[in-house]
Order: sequence, then structure tokens, then C-alpha cells
Amino acid sequence: MKYFRMMGLALAAAFCAGQANAQELTGTLKNIKETGAITLGHRDSSIPFSYLDDNQKPIGFAMDICYKIVDAVKKELKLDKLEVKLNPVTSSTRIPLLANGTIDLECGSTTNNAERQKQISFTNTHFLTASRFVSKKSSKINSIDDLKGKPVVSTSGTTNIKQLTEANAARNLGVSIIPAKDHAEAFLMVETDRAVAFVMDDILLASLVAGSKEPDAYVISKDAFSKPEPYGIMLRKDDPAFKKVVDGATAALYQSGEGQKLYDKWFMQKIPPKGLNLNAPISPEMKHEFAHPSDSPDPDSYKAM
Amino acid sequence: MFANFDFDVIRRSLGYLFLDGMTFTLTLTGMAALGGLIFGTLIALMRLSGLKLLGRIAGLYVDLMRSLPLVLVIFWFYFLVPYIGQWLTGSSRPIRVGAFTSSLVTFIMFEAAYFSEIMRAGIQSIPKGQPMAAQALGLTYGQTMRYVVLPQAFRNMLPVLLTQTIVLFQDTSLVYVLSIPDFLGAASKVAQRDGRLVEMYLFAAAVYFAISCAASFGVRRLQARIAYVH
Amino acid sequence: MNYHWNWRIFWEPAPSGTGTYLDMLLAGLVLTIETAICAWVIALVFGSVVGVLRTLPSKTAFRVGFAYVEFFRNMPLLVQLFLWFFVLPEILPASWGLWLKQMSNAPFYTAAIGIGLFMSARVAEQTRAGIGSLPRGQMLAATALGLTTAQAYRYVLLPMAFRIILPPLTSEFLNTIKNTSVAITIGLIELTGEARAMQEFSFQVFEAFTAATVLYLLINIVVVTAMRLLERGVAVPGYISGK
Repeated sequence: MKYFRMMGLALAAAFCAGQANAQELTGTLKNIKETGAITLGHRDSSIPFSYLDDNQKPIGFAMDICYKIVDAVKKELKLDKLEVKLNPVTSSTRIPLLANGTIDLECGSTTNNAERQKQISFTNTHFLTASRFVSKKSSKINSIDDLKGKPVVSTSGTTNIKQLTEANAARNLGVSIIPAKDHAEAFLMVETDRAVAFVMDDILLASLVAGSKEPDAYVISKDAFSKPEPYGIMLRKDDPAFKKVVDGATAALYQSGEGQKLYDKWFMQKIPPKGLNLNAPISPEMKHEFAHPSDSPDPDSYKAM
Repeated sequence: MFANFDFDVIRRSLGYLFLDGMTFTLTLTGMAALGGLIFGTLIALMRLSGLKLLGRIAGLYVDLMRSLPLVLVIFWFYFLVPYIGQWLTGSSRPIRVGAFTSSLVTFIMFEAAYFSEIMRAGIQSIPKGQPMAAQALGLTYGQTMRYVVLPQAFRNMLPVLLTQTIVLFQDTSLVYVLSIPDFLGAASKVAQRDGRLVEMYLFAAAVYFAISCAASFGVRRLQARIAYVH
Repeated sequence: MNYHWNWRIFWEPAPSGTGTYLDMLLAGLVLTIETAICAWVIALVFGSVVGVLRTLPSKTAFRVGFAYVEFFRNMPLLVQLFLWFFVLPEILPASWGLWLKQMSNAPFYTAAIGIGLFMSARVAEQTRAGIGSLPRGQMLAATALGLTTAQAYRYVLLPMAFRIILPPLTSEFLNTIKNTSVAITIGLIELTGEARAMQEFSFQVFEAFTAATVLYLLINIVVVTAMRLLERGVAVPGYISGK
């Protein structure tokens, strides 16, 4: 560990020396310029934000936003070509992989909150969603208290499993919490009756239900574990130059009509691979967010006009 | 009982399973076995070198790797390798490594401990006369190892080394915990996407069984053929 | 290096409401030990039986033993756990399957049985080797004294065989403890699982894993010391394995 400390001190010294010249690139931008490549972290099954289509290619709303950010970075660094590498991440590996440099941007369905902001940064919010649960209609579970003593699944490394854990302790529900590796595995647990409910952001639940074999068999709860919380694309902390470029790109995207168009593409039209249409019109809060982009972690700051 | 099972899902996903999944698994097994053997032999030599400090370090390394579950070691290296790369190359930020590289480093480092014990037993089983005769002939330590001791040790321990490689082949399935796409991971992905757990897992089990069985059978035949009478 | 160290994280309260992060890890440790012991008991029982089967004169016994060992040795443990956990409930009649799936602590039982059976194949091989290493005279003398095969095994062969294989059995027990970590894939939150959960809730990756590493090393030291005491305690004076 002494070596890391020494390296850290050496880095700090080098960084300070580097700051003197404002034109010099630092951090992620420097790395991108030197390697000519940017790495995007994508998800497996966070429909429609970041997921794999039939050819195992990552697509989605967040992926499109990331590609626009990549274009902005390319312009900013004046590069002729910028290679885009794709690296799969899960809810539990996304933050460590961002911190250790494996990915430069995480393009998925990550909730922006104050606690995470201690480790990484977010750019302007691209969605708002609350934590709910899905269960089979036949289980007749209508409220959070109905979950008492039952097996409930959620995905590891998410705010949802944390909220479920806290609610379980606070309300003394005696729920046996099953952690799953990813959303598809968790949903499968409900499908096969291994768990009676799956706690996750309601938009992801809606997409999983819509794409399942029997969409009518499931119901998403009205009870929520949280207020609608913002999703943001993640980038490393303490990298102001990179954040400026990313924030600029996303703000420009949302404030022009393009943000709305992208939203409609993924939420109001048929999407691969099964041609589902989620039919989720843009909420007033999101419209407000697009007009005034913000990266605030506080759910209360996202009110409609 | 098997009426509503859709074994067609296996046929549809064969390409993905084998071209992506099995290639990953076999490549990882092969390269990790080679790397582990080289690194393991080095460690064995360190332990047998007679230099106390080297022996201690090597011994500690082997004990550490053998006390920890492979799953924990996989987690460690997955998050640690970029920082190690940064330290090794003195770069200004953690080195970007892909899933394959990180898994490869993990398995080489882990299996090296086991291979080193096997090679150590192998080297120690060579009659003392051999290295002594080599020394009498004027060969250096390096030459003795390279031309006299290691070839014999390797040949004697080949069945055990191959058995350990089969174990390694099976252990690669553990990269599942990080959603890394090896053969089992690929089978799981298809299983979860299409809701066909039973078919895919039974198929994966059958494939692993077939390959391991065939390999063990091969090793047993090899063992019979190179049986060395002292 | 973009990592914020925080060694005091262990004393901060965990979101599961059950105490600090250290308590979380210790709960995982207890679960690891419980699972390992249950699995080991299963492994010893089944393994000894199969090991004995493989040394019996009967050809069928030999084949059965051989098939058993080959079955459990040629599949990765992870795949075996998946078969027990995911596949078995699906191929059983619906009501049994549902009972299995909704059983509380299903991961624990599945892990104990799955790991136990996996390790039993290895114990069987060790037992076979142990019995095989005994001088032939032992069995012959037992038969000459009029003991049945069962009695010969029980009173003559097995006591010595187990003393001989105690060292390799120790390492198999350590392997069992390590193999419990594979069960995180079926939802058993033992020590490695708790370390991972701690990493996910607190983002302190290296602190969490260092703690888990230290705890595993401690388990190792305890088990090795205990087994050494056991070896010395049951050693038969004057025998090769005795002191």
C-alpha cells in the first residue's frame, strides 16, 4: 500500500505542476487523446436505456446519449477519429470499473444520489423514476406490507436493493432478500415463483413486463419505495475538464429538440428486439428537466414548472 | 415431465454458446495453464533455491493463494489489476484492462500456487544424483535446471499437471460472478433471455461433463503409457 | 489513484439495520462455517461409503462407486449448484417444485447438499487411497479370524485408513470452506457475499475484501491447528502415521 501512497503523492505533485498551464489536457480527456479511444460501459438488460439486441450489440436511450457525448468529445479534442470501445457492466461493477479506469462513461440506468456523488460524478439527468415492485397478479400483493415474510428479489449494487433493505429493517417486514446479478435474472426469479416480488425502478419493470412471455400476468405496485429519482450518466470524480464537455454535450442535446426526439424513439415507438412499444409519454418533470438540465441528486429539485 | 421443454433453444444458440462462450473458456484455460505453469515453476524454484528470503516469500505467496476462495481472488483482481498496471508501468492513471485480461491475470496468479506445489514435488522427486552429476559435468545452476532437472520433473508430473488443468478448466466457470461471458455465462444469458433455465443448464452440465470426462480419460491413458520405472 | 480510503467504514452502520459493517461480515463468517460443516458431514458420510464401495471385491459396487465419483468430479461445482437450485425444482412435479422454491433458507440447504456431494467424490477417492495403502495382510488376517467383510472394515481397515488420510482430509475440509463462496451465485450470502454486499453499499472495495481475506486466513489457521491436534490425539503409537 505504501507504493500507492507514493504514487498518489507523485500524481498530486505532477497534477499541481500540470495545472499551471491551462491549455494542457488532464484526466480523462488526456487519456482519450493519447489512446485515441473512449470506453463506454453498457448494461445487459436495462431496457430501454442500455441493453443487448438480438446480435448482442448494446443499444438504448442512454447509449444514444453517450454517442452524442462521444461526438462532442471528438470535436473538443479535434480528433479525426475516436475509437469507441464497449465494456459490459453490471449494477455492482459499474462504480468500481469507473473508478479504476476500465470505463470512461457509464451509459445505463444509474440513479444519481448524494451518497454515490462521494465516489463519482453524474452529468445532466436523463430520466426520473421511482422504486416500485412487480409481482404476479396471482400472488395478490398490493402494498409493501403485503411482502411480510416473503422472498423478494432485487439486483445487487442498486439503490433499490438498498431501499428494500432499509424498508425491511424499518418496517420489520421479515422479508428474505434475494440479490440477483442482473435485472433479467431477478425477473426470472419472479417468473419461476422463486421470489414473489422484484423491486426495481418502475420504468425498467414496465419494460421487463412488456417483454415477458405473459405481460398480463404481472402487476407493478402503486406503492413506491422512494420519490422519483434522477438517472444520470456517470463519469469519474475530480475531472472538471471532462465534466464540462459532457455536461455541455448533454445540455445541448436536451435543450435542442433532439433530446425529445430521442426520448420518443425509445419510449413512444417500437424498439428492438421484439418491436415493443412502451408507450410512456414524457412526464412534465422530465420536460422541465430537458428545458433546464441539471445534475442534482435531490429528487425534490425536479418539479414541473 | 419433459413434455413442455424446448430443446430447440439449444440448437438456436449453439453458435453463440460455442463460438463466443467456449472459445473464451478454452482460451482462458490454455493461456492460464501455460502462464500458471511458468510462473509456478519459478515459484517452486524460489522455494527450493536455498535462499531463505526467496523461499519465505514464495512460501507465503503459495499459502495465501491456497487459503483464499477463488471467487474472492477473482473479485480482488478484477478491481485491482488496473491499479497494478498503473503501478507497474508508472502511468498517470489506472490501466484499462478488459474482462479477459483481468480473468487471465487472476487465473495465472491463482493456479501458479497449485502448479508450483506440483512442480516442487516433481523436482524433489528427481534423484539427487542427477543434479550432482550435472554439477560434476560443469553445468551451471541454470543449465542444470533447464536441461536435466526440469524436463524430467515435468515428464514425471505431467499427469498431475494435466489433472490440475482439467480442474482449472472447470474453475473458469466461476467468472460467472462478474458476468464475464465464458461458456456457462453464455448459457445463462440465453437461459435468462428466453426463460429456458432447465434446457440450458442441463446442456451446459452435459458439455462440461463430456469434455472433462474425455480429458481425464486421456490423462489416464497417458499415465499408463509414460509410467516410469525407476 | 482515484480511490478514497476509509478504514473506519467497519464501524459505520450497515443499511440492513443489523449493526455495523463488521457485524455484517461476521454474520457472513458464521454462515460460511455453518455451511462448511454441514457440507463436510455430508461429504464424509457419502464419501466414506462410496470409497469403501470402490474397494469391495464386488464388481457392481466398484462400477457404482466409479460412476458416482466420475459424475461429481467432471462437472464444475458451480454447474452442480445450478442443477440442484434451478433445474431440480423445475423437473419435479409442480407442487414439490414450488415447495422447494419457496422454502426459507433454500440457498443454505442447496449449498450444503451440493457442496457436500461434490466434496464426497473427493473424500471417496481419498478413502479408497487410504484403504488401498494398508498392507494386504490386514484384510487377510481379519478374514482368517472369522470377521465378516463389514466387521473387517469397521474394526480393522477403516480406523487405520482414516488416520492415514487425516492430512489430505484436512486439505479437503479447507477446500470445502473455500467452496462455500461459490454459493453466492445461488443467493447464499456468506463471507464473500457479505464482503461484496459491503462493497456495493459502501463503495469501499479494498477495505471490504481485505477484511474477508483476513477472516479466511484466520479460518485456515484455526482449522489447520485443530486438525493437527486431532492428528496427534488419534495417532496410534508406533505406526507410520503415528508419532
